[in-house]
Amino acid sequence: MNTFHEIITPILTVFGVLFVVLNLAAVLVWVERRLLAVWQDRYGPNRVGPFGLFQPLADTLKLLWKEDWIPPFADKPIFVLAPAIVMTTVLFSFAVIPVGEKIVIADLNVGLLYILAMSSMGVYSVVLGGWASDNKYSLLGGLRASAQMISYEVFMGLSLMGVVFVAGSFRLSDIIAWQNGHVWFVVPQFLGFVLFVIAGIAESRRLPFDLPESESELVAGFHSEYSGMKFGMFFAGEYMGVTLVSALIAVLFFGGWLGPVFGLTGWRATALGIVWLLMKTFFFIGFFILLRASLPRPRFDQLMSWGWKRMLPLALVNLLVTGAVVLAIGS
Amino acid sequence: MISLLRSFWQVLKHTFHRRVTVQYPDEKPYLAPRWRGRIILSRDPDGEERCVACYLCAVACPVDCIALQATEDKNGRRFPEFFRINFARCILCGFCEEACPTYAIQLTPDFEMAEYKRQNLVYEKEDLLISGQGKYPGYNFWRVAGVGIGGKDKGEAEREEPPTDVRGLLP
Repeated sequence: MNTFHEIITPILTVFGVLFVVLNLAAVLVWVERRLLAVWQDRYGPNRVGPFGLFQPLADTLKLLWKEDWIPPFADKPIFVLAPAIVMTTVLFSFAVIPVGEKIVIADLNVGLLYILAMSSMGVYSVVLGGWASDNKYSLLGGLRASAQMISYEVFMGLSLMGVVFVAGSFRLSDIIAWQNGHVWFVVPQFLGFVLFVIAGIAESRRLPFDLPESESELVAGFHSEYSGMKFGMFFAGEYMGVTLVSALIAVLFFGGWLGPVFGLTGWRATALGIVWLLMKTFFFIGFFILLRASLPRPRFDQLMSWGWKRMLPLALVNLLVTGAVVLAIGS
Repeated sequence: MISLLRSFWQVLKHTFHRRVTVQYPDEKPYLAPRWRGRIILSRDPDGEERCVACYLCAVACPVDCIALQATEDKNGRRFPEFFRINFARCILCGFCEEACPTYAIQLTPDFEMAEYKRQNLVYEKEDLLISGQGKYPGYNFWRVAGVGIGGKDKGEAEREEPPTDVRGLLP
């Protein structure tokens, strides 16, 4: 019985999370296209299978059968490496997300820092992909990605420090435990929540902050030269990034797997917790898609001045006030 | 900030709007009788070809997709030996229909001509000829035209007087 809990459970958790995340990325392709269509008075993909649900399968098959073209002028090793980086960093980040009570792959005591580090690493894939393509549009996309990164990463980290101050730990399960005892962090840390959502959009390179890609001006930005499954990996990486940021918002500000248990106990309560987390995550994914459907893309310098002149001071004020309150009350 | 929230609300309201998509293969749109689609060659009320192989359609065609060769039967009636339209080139502009003096070439409300082989888009005369009269029933060029062919001499057409004898003295 002991060995079962020590060996089988972690393996099940690892493969379970991997399975869910990878399939979620595929399903999100369909969800996003259907939701965008709904908000633009269209139907979206509804031909393949019931409600078009097999559309991701058809897309994947198409991408697999496409010619995997590496341009002769590209820097080949880096060109091949770039899409792998975005996949690995996002998948690594999921290791510290608590999906249910005591269900987490690696409950690191620096979990939050680890996620921030991984998301910063993920930017390398965009920058290197843009650089290795040796194409002016890709290069501009990569340049924008690096400039965008230094604009939002700073206040992204700072916006989360308020949560860490109050909970007194970088460990994500401790943060959820604090919310279990008190109140969801969205109430005491509302400013931090808003700042983190804005930074999260920029982090996952979604509209309105999709400047590295900006298909209306830069063809496809950093992945203009990518085709076949390498492009598919960038695509899947983007959707997994959206899932990661949504899951992070749910865990840090909306109590993660916490929710009404309706008197259930044992594994049933745990399963219900997973469902709660999934529902919260899907709510924020829907919000991300709504953002894409409704907002225009800001100009490049507008994004940077926003990041440095508005968001960073706000994050610092949030940090100062939270720190003062924590000191005064004594946590 | 308020404007952002308002645009979210505006977009969300579209969830309940009417869809503008026409789900085409399931739901066929109405095509007007004058829709310019697949080209046909019509016949006159006697069931003969209307086309007199005057080449005006081929001249009018801006993309040169019409090819034909004129010939005559034993009565002196002109008709195309072959008549070929390459629908891979055709832009369905309808200029051939406007140019046609005998209402022979007509455009129909049909556009579903997809083929797997490009060669199959080249329509020969037997593919183009229909058995009916198309949009102008009752019209017969040879019966109203002032030219004489075998079986119908000059002056014998409908509402046509016999030709004036220019050598005669009477008016």
